[in-house]
Amino acid sequence: MGKPTDLVQGTLDVLILKTVALQPMHGWGIAQRIRQLSNEVLQVGQGALYPALHRLEQQGWIQAKWGESENNRRAKYYSLTRDGAKYLRQQQAQWSRLSGAIDLVLEAT
Amino acid sequence: MRWYYKLPLRLRSLFRREQAERELNEEIQFHLQSLIEQYLAQGMKPEAARYTALRELGHLDPVKEECREMRNVNFVENVLQDLHFGLRMLRRNPGFSTLAILCLVLGIGSNAAVFSWIEGILLHPYPAVTHQDRLLMLAATRRGDAGYNGLSWPDFQDLQRSCTLCDAVIAEKIVGVTLSIGDRAESGTGSVVSSNYFDALGVRPILGRGFQPDEDFGRNAHPVTVISYQLWQNRFHGDPLIVGKTQVLNGRPHTIVGVAPKGFYGTFIGYSWKLWVPISMQERFEPGGYKMENRGERWIEGFLRMKPGVTAEQVQAEVSTLAERLENSYPETNRGQGIKVLPLWKAPFNGASFMLPTLGIALGIGVLVLLIVCANVSNLLLVRFFARRHEITARIALGAGRGRVLQQLLTEGLILSLIGAAGGVVLAYWCRNLLSVLIPPRSAPVFLPGQMDWRVLVLSAGVCLISTVLFGLVPVLENSKVDLASALKTESGSVIGARGRARVRGGLVVVQVSLSFVLLVGAGLVVLSLEKIRTASPGFSIDGVLNTAVNLMATGYDTQRAKNFHDAFMERVQAVPGIESAAYGRVIPLGYRSYSEASIAVEGYEPARNEQPILEYNEVGPSYFATMGIPLISGREFTRADSETSPPVAIVNEVMVAQYWHGEDPVGKRFQVNGRWMQVVGVAKVSKYRSILETPKAFFYVALRQNFAPTVGLNLRTNQPADTIARALAREMHALDPDLAPYDVSTMRERVERSTSAQHAAVMLLGIFGSLAVVLATIGLYGVLSYAVSQSTRELGLRMALGARASDLLRIVMSQGLSLTATGVVIGAAIALGGTRLLGYLLYRVSPLDPLAFGSAFAVMMFAALAACLVPSWRATRTDPVRALRQ
Repeated sequence: MGKPTDLVQGTLDVLILKTVALQPMHGWGIAQRIRQLSNEVLQVGQGALYPALHRLEQQGWIQAKWGESENNRRAKYYSLTRDGAKYLRQQQAQWSRLSGAIDLVLEAT
Repeated sequence: MRWYYKLPLRLRSLFRREQAERELNEEIQFHLQSLIEQYLAQGMKPEAARYTALRELGHLDPVKEECREMRNVNFVENVLQDLHFGLRMLRRNPGFSTLAILCLVLGIGSNAAVFSWIEGILLHPYPAVTHQDRLLMLAATRRGDAGYNGLSWPDFQDLQRSCTLCDAVIAEKIVGVTLSIGDRAESGTGSVVSSNYFDALGVRPILGRGFQPDEDFGRNAHPVTVISYQLWQNRFHGDPLIVGKTQVLNGRPHTIVGVAPKGFYGTFIGYSWKLWVPISMQERFEPGGYKMENRGERWIEGFLRMKPGVTAEQVQAEVSTLAERLENSYPETNRGQGIKVLPLWKAPFNGASFMLPTLGIALGIGVLVLLIVCANVSNLLLVRFFARRHEITARIALGAGRGRVLQQLLTEGLILSLIGAAGGVVLAYWCRNLLSVLIPPRSAPVFLPGQMDWRVLVLSAGVCLISTVLFGLVPVLENSKVDLASALKTESGSVIGARGRARVRGGLVVVQVSLSFVLLVGAGLVVLSLEKIRTASPGFSIDGVLNTAVNLMATGYDTQRAKNFHDAFMERVQAVPGIESAAYGRVIPLGYRSYSEASIAVEGYEPARNEQPILEYNEVGPSYFATMGIPLISGREFTRADSETSPPVAIVNEVMVAQYWHGEDPVGKRFQVNGRWMQVVGVAKVSKYRSILETPKAFFYVALRQNFAPTVGLNLRTNQPADTIARALAREMHALDPDLAPYDVSTMRERVERSTSAQHAAVMLLGIFGSLAVVLATIGLYGVLSYAVSQSTRELGLRMALGARASDLLRIVMSQGLSLTATGVVIGAAIALGGTRLLGYLLYRVSPLDPLAFGSAFAVMMFAALAACLVPSWRATRTDPVRALRQ
């Protein structure tokens, strides 16, 4: 429960951005989607999720809009902004480079 | 990332807090509902699903707080909260707030006032002129002479033609003008200017035009004038059809071609002009004959406007090259002559030169007063915060960070200084004309306005911030290290003068006392030097001598008519009852007009190879020395017999005798003045010529009749008051020519006082601020002592119970106060010993270490300290031991 301590600090941002890049999504949906996509490995608790969403919104990488949820309730939907998309691309590239490098080190030993 | 996207978000977080808060709640609620639905879908009972979901989510408030934190609103919110709270605290302690704010108004206000004077008088003195920072003053220099002269018109024109780094070169000269108004005449001041004057300054006449290029040329060919807004309003009642009408100036009708805009007072710091005429009219306004074609006649005070992006050094280099070229081409007139460009605040000819030292000192005083004020407010705050230590302790106990407490206390300090700054700026605005009041009156109205513009406001805001830090830091740091455990204990049991806090407060009092002492010493020194000036003999009589001037430029008198007028008028003047003697002199000592200069050659004196002896001289009439009270050492004075037909004669002063005749009596010997032989007929004692502060210099006199000038000063020895004489003179002059008006009649004493206006202003400023500082220091000392007494009632009571007499308690408290004062005085004396040298220019025959000034400052400070100690000491002796011990 709580923060995904397994995650490298800062990766939560990328995960959220990646998730909302596909389609606008509310906080609950984002948490569910990250869990599903990672085969239940990554559990994002609301204690980390919502502050992160508000921070990303303040930074202008995602924007929020109120909409109807699947079961007809008002929900806050987040979607990626253009700046956010750019930031995501940068972060993704950096991540692949980093994980590639780590793989290399691990294989070598 | 993008501001247009982020800004609305931030603003929404700040100003639509409720909505943001509601949305945050709703969002979290949605999460909760979704979780419950998930559990329901897994087959849980509604109650159990809800319970499990709530337990899983845990405490929701920290999450919300973290979300708020992410929105970055806390900082701003805290500041608003602190402001609100701070204002409430100030309202709750009106006595403290008023005192602190008053102090700050004085401190910040005096600085803002000095800034506005410096801005309005030195840095940007011409409010209506565009791009003043590109204006430079032009002056001529002479090798071996530290002073400055004007430029000649031919040199000026060469400069105008060849200066590639300037947009414009502007000529100007202050002149006296007589306006005929109906059957009377009125004298005033204006200037003759080159035709580009208005265009180059960027001043557009509101009616009519400025001058046209052809109006620079043709001897007396363009009798036109641009009048000032004030003259237009006062004399012509704002007549909209004024352009094209005529006004008689110096006896000749001039066509009014334009009206200068409101707020343009001319370009001579310290005065406001009535009108302007083209420079081609020089001969009719500027005394000394026709000068427009003579390269040796240096009379123009010019300005130069640099091209944008050009520095003054580059311009100086170009101008110097030109001066060298002129020196080579015209060695007769230009040998050793240079041209210098100066920033406006260093202008040698106008009011800037005598205001510069005064304003420098005012700036120093401002800083001292600000420091004293800060120490005082700091002391007040210490007491205030100390009284609130329970509140502060409670805050820290409840979990407020020390940084947060610090922020709140500093915010309270900032509120104080912001209110102080606002009041200070208003105060400075009221004081913007104060300098004109402090300076003794002159013949033309003095005009020295301060100016409030954004630069002054920015500087004042800076002063406000600096002072907040200065006065706020000590008490805030003192209080933020509150010790939780001991803070709740009462402190009335403390020992007098033994606590750290008392030491801090004592230190602040020492600062105040020492700085006040410095101000007092400064005030003492300038008062002493003013007294010295007042009693020093200028070499002529100060009392019983009146001066005025006769301006015959006016009616276009030719030389013969002017001579006849002089004679006729002198006869009438000498017949006026009460006038013992009267004499003309072209220049009146200590006036604005400059003396004539001539290169001299003395028989038997071989000048050094590089030396070209040039001396100043005055053209004076018969019985000049008797009238002025200048003693003759040998020989005789000029008489009516020294006329156009008799051999040229001169009277020299003792310094000249020492320099050129090796101290031998030169009566009967000859010397050459501009190539003309003159015989020495007398030797006069040295006197003051231009300034009361000058060192004795070589000087000589020639007979007015043999070197005639139509416009002259008139000196009168009389026991009558000035206005009686003024009426008599006006009557006599009017009888001779109704187009003429005598200039104002001044006493010699007034002239001496005028020439020391810088000292006068310094005395006033130092006097006002010195006494303020002493009052502040006294309040500070009183505050510290009475607080110490009130905090140590138990100790005092105990001492009494053990047999101390009232006189013992009195001694304890007094000695504490006096030792603080003594420390302050010692430190102040050390500062003053090093600092009073800065007064240099203002001091006249007074050592910067004058014991009398230091002694009287000490006496005043000690007296103030005794007064401050008295009440607290008396209260200490009234301590009731029984009540004190029962506490």
